[in-house]
Amino acid sequence: MTASDLLNRLFMAVLTLLGVAVIVFCLLRIVPGDPIAMMISPSATPADIAALRAHYGLDLGLPQQFGIWFMDVLKGNFGTSISQRRDVMELIGERLPATLELAFAALVFGVLAGGVIATLGTLARRTALDPALDFINGLFLAVPDFVWALALVLLLGVFWPVFPLSGRIDPTLSTYFHTDFYLIESLVTLKFAAFGDLIAHMIMPMLALGLPLAAIVVRTLKEALAEAMVQDYVLLARLKGMSPLRLVLQEALRNAVGPTLTLTGVQFTFMIGGTVIVERIFSYPGLGNMAIDAVINRDLPLIQGIVLTFGAIFILVNILVDLIAGWLNPRGAAHG
Amino acid sequence: MTDMTRRGVLGLGAATVLTGILAGRIPVQAAETNTLTIAFNSNLPSFDGTVGLSGVNPAIQAIYRSIYDQYIGQKPDLSFEPGLLTAWGWNDDKTKVWMDVREGVKWHDGSELTPEDVVWSLTRAGKPETGNPVASVWASIGNFKVDGKRINADVINFDPTIFKWMAFLTGYVLPKAYYEKVGAEGFEKKPIGTGPYMFDAYEGNSFLRLKANPNYWGAKPAFDTVIFKFVTDPTSRVAEIESGSSDVTLEIPYEEFDRLKAKKGYAGVSSPISDIGMIFITNVEPMLDKNVRLAAHHAIDKAGIVKKLLRGYGVPIDTLEAPEYAAFDASIKVPYDPDKAVALLKASGYSKDKPVKFKIQTTRGLKPKDYEMIQAIVGMWRKVGIEAEIEVYEIAKHFELRAGHKLAPAAFYNWGNAIGDPTTSTGFAMFSKSPHSGWKTDDVDALIGPLWGEKDEAKRIAGWKAADKYIAEQGYVIPLLQYVQPIVFKSSLKVTPNISSALQPTLVSKA
Repeated sequence: MTASDLLNRLFMAVLTLLGVAVIVFCLLRIVPGDPIAMMISPSATPADIAALRAHYGLDLGLPQQFGIWFMDVLKGNFGTSISQRRDVMELIGERLPATLELAFAALVFGVLAGGVIATLGTLARRTALDPALDFINGLFLAVPDFVWALALVLLLGVFWPVFPLSGRIDPTLSTYFHTDFYLIESLVTLKFAAFGDLIAHMIMPMLALGLPLAAIVVRTLKEALAEAMVQDYVLLARLKGMSPLRLVLQEALRNAVGPTLTLTGVQFTFMIGGTVIVERIFSYPGLGNMAIDAVINRDLPLIQGIVLTFGAIFILVNILVDLIAGWLNPRGAAHG
Repeated sequence: MTDMTRRGVLGLGAATVLTGILAGRIPVQAAETNTLTIAFNSNLPSFDGTVGLSGVNPAIQAIYRSIYDQYIGQKPDLSFEPGLLTAWGWNDDKTKVWMDVREGVKWHDGSELTPEDVVWSLTRAGKPETGNPVASVWASIGNFKVDGKRINADVINFDPTIFKWMAFLTGYVLPKAYYEKVGAEGFEKKPIGTGPYMFDAYEGNSFLRLKANPNYWGAKPAFDTVIFKFVTDPTSRVAEIESGSSDVTLEIPYEEFDRLKAKKGYAGVSSPISDIGMIFITNVEPMLDKNVRLAAHHAIDKAGIVKKLLRGYGVPIDTLEAPEYAAFDASIKVPYDPDKAVALLKASGYSKDKPVKFKIQTTRGLKPKDYEMIQAIVGMWRKVGIEAEIEVYEIAKHFELRAGHKLAPAAFYNWGNAIGDPTTSTGFAMFSKSPHSGWKTDDVDALIGPLWGEKDEAKRIAGWKAADKYIAEQGYVIPLLQYVQPIVFKSSLKVTPNISSALQPTLVSKA
């Protein structure tokens, strides 16, 4: 990707986000569920209701509401959460790190586990292990992340309780963090006990998110490796006496990894979406969990902020994937 | 100082990480460690229980009641007791109120509670611009004057329930000086109250950790630390208690409650709470026909629903007053009588072959077996000549439709009334001026209207009973059942059920 391509993509990204902002704002006003109706007590008089509506700026016309909100957004002000009574950007800033750490951990797990199994499958072609791996992989592909989450709760939380069931860190720990990137900070500051506890809390949600991704990586990478393994340069290396494992890792993998990477990028954005349910099940204090509360409470400013944040992440991930794919395979990128 | 090699540091780190991972799996027994962990069924959006959505969310009152004190306290049986006010009342003609503020109470930052704090809290609550959802209730008294520990005030609009509200939603005393110093956002980050437990740590959507208040004016808290884990998924709450990660949980499926309480090491209590399931009737066709309304009510086998769907955990009711409420009248009955339902429908020209048709709205999963209950009711209706189409709606949509008087002819909902007063059950659910009523007609208003300002308490309660009787006779609403709250806990603990449904840590002790 050239510099002008990148600028073009960034410009398009901004336009896309603007579109998302308009659509989200309008959709939230169309779907049923008035936030004021949610909070009025049975004793509220019409005057109470009008006062509440004015308090949250919902008494203004739709274009006026949008204008005020949009101008504020341009200044980096996403407003104040109706349900939490705090600055939306501050709330997102507190929760996003938890989601990013979880999603990246699941991504690393999914890619590593998928990569290892795909490599094993490639090495085990035409043996009994190959169809067995395909069968198991098919099962993993068929089970969605939230079902994994529930299964893991029962399996590793109740029947064989090895990991904590809920939260991000043990509530009895009195560890103070300067940032909201707990995992990274605990590692950098050598707080190993806290790091271990964070990992323990992360394992089940990470598995729930990472297992379906691993299955996709296995399927894509295995097919790409199978194609690469019959290419001339691989055959030549084989004739030179290179071992099967080195053939896969040194010759075939570099050319096979491109499509897998692109797909992984797309899947990663889906996985970020998957954090919504998985975080809920494990009471993981991330952006997804907060998004559900925001929707239940019809917290319009918070929903708008979260959706825009997710939108920005999706766009950035896609640009990043294109950049990495171009770096790995400059010829393919140059040809578009 | 000992020099360590890189390998040594890595090894030590790995060992610590492993210890950290494993340490989380050692179940902590509340009875042994003085830490109580509650797998709680709701998140805590805000620490200010006097404004916004949090102010009217009954589920989180248990947390607010831990950090803050209410003006007036409430016992688990719904009766009232001194809180931060030790005494209160009206003058003879009920044009003034007086309140005595408890002395020697300290805020969590060590400063003294003053009558000015109480006045500030009441004044703030009565200002609509602060976002208090029941500002009009609080604004019914004003012109406060402090005289020593006594506060005198004028009655602006007589509200017979004002003192009951002081133990109800948004009835919390907040610290004037601290709040004004740190502001709303600062208060959300570090709230202080005068309650039995003090804020210690909070991780939104994950947990809240509280420490015992050593200066608490009331009974000494039974635990040094209380942890509320926010576990909104019922399956995960079951797993929390079964794995030993939490000591107490609530609102789990009744099947799981029966299973867990029979398990060694666990115990359970189930008690009726101030929350009822009901079907709103809207005054639109075909519900304008009294025969249809009454037939719909007589056709429902409430006892059968409680027994078969809720495993016996429910109390059938025929008015909007549960047995613990002030205006409950056991003599008002709308019995299950399918033959009568058939006859009533026949009188209006309907039968199984020519059924009356309407829509019924319901939530799904908001309350135990809500959708299944409506399915069963629709089945019962079909047998007598009512064909109802079920529409599932989200709770947010229900509120919007109800506030706009646009509910379907029949709409299922649950109604809480933790102070047990008829105004906060029959009153707000049936008075046409209330934004939450379904049936809006002058005949009901004529009965209810005068009761809002009735100063004679006996006359007031008798009036509400009469209104309930009339509403039952006319079939303007279909009350179904009073919910029963299941609480399961480790057998090393003792839990006192609270009819208001608030699982307060002060109601949990060591067995």
